[in-house]
Amino acid sequence: MSATDVTTRSTPGTRPAGPRPSTSGQLRSLSRAMLRSFFRDRTSLLFAFLFPLMFLVVFGLVFRGDGAGTTPLAVVGEGPVVTALPDDVVESVAFEDAQEAVAAVEAGDVAGAVIEQGGEVTLYFAASDQVQAGTVQQVVSSVINEANLAATGQPPAITLTTQQVESERFGPIQFLAPGILSWGVATSAAFGAALTLVAWRNRQVLRRLRLSPAPAWTIVAARVGVSLLVALLQAVVFIAVAMLPVFGLELAGQWWLALPILLCGTCSFLGVGLLVGAIAKTEEAASALANFIVLPMAFLSGVFFDLSAAPSWMQSVSRVLPLGWMNDGITDVLVRGEGVAAVWLPCLVLLAFALVVGAAATRLFRWES
Amino acid sequence: MVTDRPDRPMAIEVDGLVKDYGGFRAVHDVSFSVAAGEFFGILGPNGAGKTTTLEIVEGIREPDEGAVRLLGEPVWPRNPRLLSRIGVQLQASAFFERLTCREQLQTFGGLYGVDQRRADDMLELVGLTEKADVREDQLSGGQRQRLSIACALVHDPEVVFLDEPTAALDPQARRNLWDLLRRIQEGGTTVVYTTHYMDEAEILCDRVAIMDAGRILSLDTPAALIRGLSAATRVALPREVLDTGAAHRLPGVETVVDTDGDVVLSTREPARLVAALAERNALDGVSVRTATLEDVFLTLTGREYRA
Repeated sequence: MSATDVTTRSTPGTRPAGPRPSTSGQLRSLSRAMLRSFFRDRTSLLFAFLFPLMFLVVFGLVFRGDGAGTTPLAVVGEGPVVTALPDDVVESVAFEDAQEAVAAVEAGDVAGAVIEQGGEVTLYFAASDQVQAGTVQQVVSSVINEANLAATGQPPAITLTTQQVESERFGPIQFLAPGILSWGVATSAAFGAALTLVAWRNRQVLRRLRLSPAPAWTIVAARVGVSLLVALLQAVVFIAVAMLPVFGLELAGQWWLALPILLCGTCSFLGVGLLVGAIAKTEEAASALANFIVLPMAFLSGVFFDLSAAPSWMQSVSRVLPLGWMNDGITDVLVRGEGVAAVWLPCLVLLAFALVVGAAATRLFRWES
Repeated sequence: MVTDRPDRPMAIEVDGLVKDYGGFRAVHDVSFSVAAGEFFGILGPNGAGKTTTLEIVEGIREPDEGAVRLLGEPVWPRNPRLLSRIGVQLQASAFFERLTCREQLQTFGGLYGVDQRRADDMLELVGLTEKADVREDQLSGGQRQRLSIACALVHDPEVVFLDEPTAALDPQARRNLWDLLRRIQEGGTTVVYTTHYMDEAEILCDRVAIMDAGRILSLDTPAALIRGLSAATRVALPREVLDTGAAHRLPGVETVVDTDGDVVLSTREPARLVAALAERNALDGVSVRTATLEDVFLTLTGREYRA
């Protein structure tokens, strides 16, 4: 068919049957349009890819201090105690003069000062930071005990070995990464679906599609496909960056078991997005509403911090929120090394949630504004 | 009221449409039919019920009463097989966000199972070839309307519905669009379109339905509508050429109005009057204005036409 055919054909009503539209072609067409407009929208890209990484950096830095860092300690003099201070716990700063060392403690530059003169050790500490004060007292007293024991020439009656139960280097990144990833994927899925629906309704694209032979379900199916693809891309980018030595994420052997949970979670929040898109009249309202649902849910689900120290009601709430199931499920298989048994329940819960919100969205759906 | 043409099959048959919006009757007993290949206009001021009528005929809105047969099939409930035989341009142009002109056409084409290469043919048809890779939001108003029409035509429909395609365009852009619309009709496509421009309907349409307040007031060819008025022709002359006293004595003159600078004569025998003026050598600066669809509207509704 060329442009000239259009102008020369002149037998009205006797047209040869045109090409028959196939649903696969319609799906491909709508998906491609959605993907193109997603990848050309800087705000969406920012939310989907850069925001989770920003959170990774920020929270990674916040939680870095937890037991990982060393405590600065002023030391004056030489002796068995000063030399035996464990340098993985305290960072020794040598001072010439006891007075200067104490002044440094008072100024808050160091957590304490150890002055060793002959057989006498004096520890000065600042009580303003209780954690550091405790650390310093414990470290110094245990070093003195060991030195005393060594001086008797007897072998120790009891020895203590400590070992972390999870992975060898189980830093805070191991908990942070699944949480931030869940949040990023959930936000992106909810926003993507809500904004497509509202924008297409307001731009009359939905009405126009209704006047095309494409069935209504192809619009939703295309959106599901696009959201799942975006979620996978987000996961690949995010995990790749989190595994860089700076962040140090280590995946459990069966990390790929996280994929079904990730995709089911995407469906849940896509459902939330469709519901928001069915209710909201403008794109601004859709963004606000999606944020209003997903952001509080993120905090209540323990996505950004461990909920084990949180009040028990909050822990119960997290057990009914889809983001909580997504986060826990992904943490279990991605870093805790749990197997297939840990996958099916979160998936089931997330899909059930998707069905419920999807049904609500279908009831509230409108073709035109 | 409907002038059926037995030699041509009917593309659209509309019978007794009624549509109420919460007590307000937007469409009131509207019936008409459109022959295949015809250029059919629905003309009327804003709020006349043109768009609602069009939406019912397209099958996107259910009428409270009445029925529509489009290409021999009922339009309600939604009939996907029928939808691939018609093309639609909505009043507000419906485009996918952040897609270029070519991509818009490819996307719509994909919905109808049309080859992707067809997009470039359509761009050529509407004169947007050099805008192929430009995003839709960077087009001018006229270009957007042309793209929108191209999207409605991408699957080579048998009937195309255009809802006010020339609204809010500058005169040059409107004229460009007229050429395009004529070429579409010449290609054998049945065109149904709404407009509130009288002059345009007169030029483009084979037949026009004049709507006001939800009803079709009159339906015929523009020429027949105007003839049916037997409205007077107005002849205007500069006052230096002819004074009002002399004007009254001319043959066929009914009324004489002295406006600023001009003497306006109305007549139902324009040929005799102009011949008489020629004898007096008084044709310098003469302008003759025959009745237009605006006069038809005025006669039908008793009020001035406001677009």
